[in-house]
Amino acid sequence: MKELVIISGKGGTGKTSMVSAIASLAQNKVLCDADVDAADMHLIMSPEVIKSEPFKAGCEAKIDKNKCTECGLCRKLCRFYAISPDFIIDPIDCEGCGVCYYFCPEKAITFEQKTCGEWFISDTRHGPMVHARLGIAEENSGKLVSLVRKESKRIAEESGLDLIITDGAPGVGCPVIASIGGASAVLIVTEPTVSGVHDMKRVAELASFFRIPAMVCVNKYDLNKEKTEEIKSFAETHDINYVGQIPFDPVFTRSMVDAKNIFEYAPDSDACSEVKKIWKRVSERLGC
Amino acid sequence: MIISIASGKGGTGKTTVATNLAISLSQMDVTLLDCDVEEPNAHLFLRPQMELKETVTTPVPQIDEGKCTLCGKCSEICQFKAIVRIADTMLTFTDLCHSCGGCMEVCPSGAISETGRELGVIEKGVKNGLKFIHGRLRVGEAMSPPLIKKVRKMAESSGLTIIDAPPGTSCPVISAMKDTDFVILVTEPTPFGLNDLKLAAGAVKILGIPCGLIINRSDMGDDKVKGFATDEGIPILMEIPFDRKIAESYSRGELIVESIPEYRKKFIDLYDNIQSVVTAGEADL
Repeated sequence: MKELVIISGKGGTGKTSMVSAIASLAQNKVLCDADVDAADMHLIMSPEVIKSEPFKAGCEAKIDKNKCTECGLCRKLCRFYAISPDFIIDPIDCEGCGVCYYFCPEKAITFEQKTCGEWFISDTRHGPMVHARLGIAEENSGKLVSLVRKESKRIAEESGLDLIITDGAPGVGCPVIASIGGASAVLIVTEPTVSGVHDMKRVAELASFFRIPAMVCVNKYDLNKEKTEEIKSFAETHDINYVGQIPFDPVFTRSMVDAKNIFEYAPDSDACSEVKKIWKRVSERLGC
Repeated sequence: MIISIASGKGGTGKTTVATNLAISLSQMDVTLLDCDVEEPNAHLFLRPQMELKETVTTPVPQIDEGKCTLCGKCSEICQFKAIVRIADTMLTFTDLCHSCGGCMEVCPSGAISETGRELGVIEKGVKNGLKFIHGRLRVGEAMSPPLIKKVRKMAESSGLTIIDAPPGTSCPVISAMKDTDFVILVTEPTPFGLNDLKLAAGAVKILGIPCGLIINRSDMGDDKVKGFATDEGIPILMEIPFDRKIAESYSRGELIVESIPEYRKKFIDLYDNIQSVVTAGEADL
């Protein structure tokens, strides 16, 4: 079984539009939305939820005012400044380390597991999809990413599907690291801008750090052809497969407004023929 | 005053707003903090002269095997599986450590001391009187909030501070927005933009900070973002229509106020507008 993870470094380069488009081309696959912090794939896929489960991770400390003697030990030990002078724990600042709970001489602090999101298994017109929703201002996004990837793999195995296409998060931190570990390859979607190039280089370095084979494609390539060339030559010198480029095309936005991917919205567009070429190269490299 | 700029969805124009606003106000005492430490981009547009660079670390445990009695209390208190006993050694997995110090505190034999794990670097510079600070997360490091907090600590409290926040709605963006006086939410009028705006607006609400909206590429999409803003009572502070000239100059690393100077006044007005909202809010207290 293969897993392709779509990442970008910079946000808004077209990861989700790309995954949604590939969904029309790839066969026998599971779709996985691992951008749990700002999941958008469901807006195109209109999933019919078959199963939803709460996501429980980490614990949260709370002070029982009736037992608390205000000795101040918890405030002294908390390195996250999460406990106010009147002994209330700010759930946003609380790191869930449990140090206050462990040391409280009055046992006045509770430390219970919290629900910090929800995850779903759904049916879509492009096959099964696993997605999630991290609660606003919550932590543990990496754990939720690992969970949706694990479930995608389980479904693929049980249904005899041989490919998982995973939509990753922007950046290079916790959720991205959790989304690429053990993947067959990453496809980096970038744009020909100073920031697109800068961020693509960092996320390529991350893929190389974890020894995941990387491919790159350029969205809106005609916005700045010099920068597109720069990306191409970076790829050549860094053992990254350059798999294609897509022209700037408002069809992406229009299809999104219509809750469709570009193949469903404008099958004869230039963008579609370029994405087809990209997918052909990517699937050859993946061997699927 | 501290203004943070956030979005939910990535690539909507946070950095464009942050850099153009900061440079338009550079006659004042302004500091721009780029808190998108995973992918910092503001410096690419400002090109500040960097004056200082420092490596930032977070404390992680190291165990003196000579003193360790293998009692296991450290691995029992650790919520992050960063210390595990394997055969007759206590192994540390410092990448997983959240630097709470619990293991060191609980160890009865004083076998644990702290060393540093590199989070990344912070650089400080200046551009036309504008003070600039950004953090750059080490590639391979998972935790950005501690570095974001350090970047924020580096800022002087006087004058105006503008914070370019990371995308999303979880802990990194909260670290960047918390305890700021106003949040500018930047979005695009598309279904993805709207969905992520709702999440970002939810996070701002939890933090109880006044906010306003900038709609970028305002003529590409539909009118649902405006409907949402009206329903939620979020003021629309500025609309930036799609302009291929802006997109191309952005691609080269140019500021809008450089390629279209009329925008300078729009950004100054934006600040005046925010200032009156914040002052009115303070008067209500």
